[in-house]
Amino acid sequence: MNAAKPTMIEFRDVHKYYGDYHALRGITASIRAGEFFSLLGPSGCGKTTLLRTIAGFEGISSGVVLLDGKDMANVPANKRPTNMVFQSYAIFPHLSVEENVGFGLRRDPRSAREKAVAVAEALEMVGLKGYGKRAAHALSGGQRQRVALARALILKPKVLLLDEPLSALDKKMREQMQMELIRLQRQVGITFVLVTHDQEEALVMSDRIAVMFEGEITQLADPETLYRRPNSRKVADFIGTMNFVPAQITSEGGDVVEVDAQGFGKVTLKTEQCMGKTTPTGASVGFRPETLTILFDGQTAADRETMATVTEVVYYGDMTYYDVKLDGTDQPVRISMRNVFGRPVLDIGTRARVAWSPGALVLFR
Amino acid sequence: MKATGLRAYAIGYLIFLYAPIVLLPIFAFNDSKIIAFPLSGFTTHWFAEMWSDSQLFNALKNSMIISGTTAIIATTLGIFAARASTRFSFPAKGGLLGMIMLPLVLPEMIVAMSLLVVLLAIGVKLSFLTVILGHVLICTPFAVAILSSAFQSLDKSLEEAAYDLGETPISTFRLIILPLVMPGIISSLLICFTISLDEFIIAYFLSGADTVLSAYIYGQFRFPARVPAMLALGTILVLVSIILLSIAEYFRRRGIAKTGGKDTGGFL
Repeated sequence: MNAAKPTMIEFRDVHKYYGDYHALRGITASIRAGEFFSLLGPSGCGKTTLLRTIAGFEGISSGVVLLDGKDMANVPANKRPTNMVFQSYAIFPHLSVEENVGFGLRRDPRSAREKAVAVAEALEMVGLKGYGKRAAHALSGGQRQRVALARALILKPKVLLLDEPLSALDKKMREQMQMELIRLQRQVGITFVLVTHDQEEALVMSDRIAVMFEGEITQLADPETLYRRPNSRKVADFIGTMNFVPAQITSEGGDVVEVDAQGFGKVTLKTEQCMGKTTPTGASVGFRPETLTILFDGQTAADRETMATVTEVVYYGDMTYYDVKLDGTDQPVRISMRNVFGRPVLDIGTRARVAWSPGALVLFR
Repeated sequence: MKATGLRAYAIGYLIFLYAPIVLLPIFAFNDSKIIAFPLSGFTTHWFAEMWSDSQLFNALKNSMIISGTTAIIATTLGIFAARASTRFSFPAKGGLLGMIMLPLVLPEMIVAMSLLVVLLAIGVKLSFLTVILGHVLICTPFAVAILSSAFQSLDKSLEEAAYDLGETPISTFRLIILPLVMPGIISSLLICFTISLDEFIIAYFLSGADTVLSAYIYGQFRFPARVPAMLALGTILVLVSIILLSIAEYFRRRGIAKTGGKDTGGFL
């Protein structure tokens, strides 16, 4: 998140057509050296295509891709300083683990012994010490993943590209590998570019995230900004859960906007809380489930307070999700509450006091 | 019960299919020139007679050259076609592949006749080459079918990974693709060889003065005294065929196991 870091990858108005299909629609963005960058979006949004243009597997129809300041237009994939971890891992099934990891060193002028040391080090780095002699096709999914990582990192690329590397793993394994990837990235300091459709994964791992829809980058920001200040309803919907209530803009001036939001009444919002520039009818105010709090006996609101009726309760162990109808609204909104020992879970139909704060609201128009 | 009927049918079917082949070795070892029961005694005389037949060995040599060449050409063509059909898309792909596979269902009679007519019309002398030409035509569909499945089970990202790790398209083919499809190539070579060796109609029509094995055997059947020796030869050919097909199947299965796939049928 250091703005002083130099640019590693730069896209300048990159377009990609497959016949009539416009897969990338004018991508302009830069990825900084040493950052963990994610391309996040639903399937078919162009994120994998964009990743493959960095690797050189996909040509571009127009625009420029710069890698470490050099135009990649005429540089084939085998000459680019990038390495990729494939979704299927692409472990060579007829080779052993060490042959796989050492594959990229074939053209390296070092002696066989030095290469063997490098392979052993790479295996140790990914936690596969002593697995060198194993047959690659006999490995588990998590182990294949590690072999793929070692194989790509042994070449010390400027950029490591990861194409949904965790999607084939089960939940526990995935969470473990997320932590491991973060650790590895900090250890080697290489720029990582990750493609994922899993918003939670992107939030957990990335320094910055580009959210893509239909071949365009809709928002590029750090995880916290993306979560707290999504620049459109689309992004807000894709990342986490966001509630929306209809709102009307009553006045606008200076650096504040006054809105009348259903369930909240008249609220004054700062311009940084307001997304979108035009003023079509049907503006709405959005807020995250954890920004509203149900008040229990004796508690008082730090800021504002309103009444609501509980319409649905979903118990998750550590959390409880309540759907509540704020007085004066017709659609329920979702509130998440951390469960505290000794505090009851409310029943459907309970009247509750709800605390909220104007600072947590975002206006979409 | 319904199951009993089906079982009887299945057993009857198998007897019909394999009984004649079982009779082959029985009469090959039978000490009589007449092919009929009851058997009259054990002998290896017919094998010795076959062994001393120089014309037979000449025909066998011709067949080996034809089958070997056919297998190599058909498999090479098959590699190109299978690679093209599994990795690239191009206009009229379906139609082109259909054309390649057509000889599979075309009666050999028609292939042989039309080839003969064309070759004579353009003045090509009948020889080994013309037989090989015809055999390549009928073997290529088998090679394409076997190799397509080998190429299909190859994950495209394996090639990309090798390319990404610095290899050129040619070294990627040599280091990754070839070893992984090698079982398919071996299996294709063996099956094409067997098909070509067994083939009669095209060989008979297009071989000219050089006799091939199948045509030679057919010719010998006109002389009743020669029949038992031919049965001895047939016995050996059946054995060799079974061995070759078993090797082909072994390599096909090993190929599937290597790439971590599941077996979905096969020959044996």
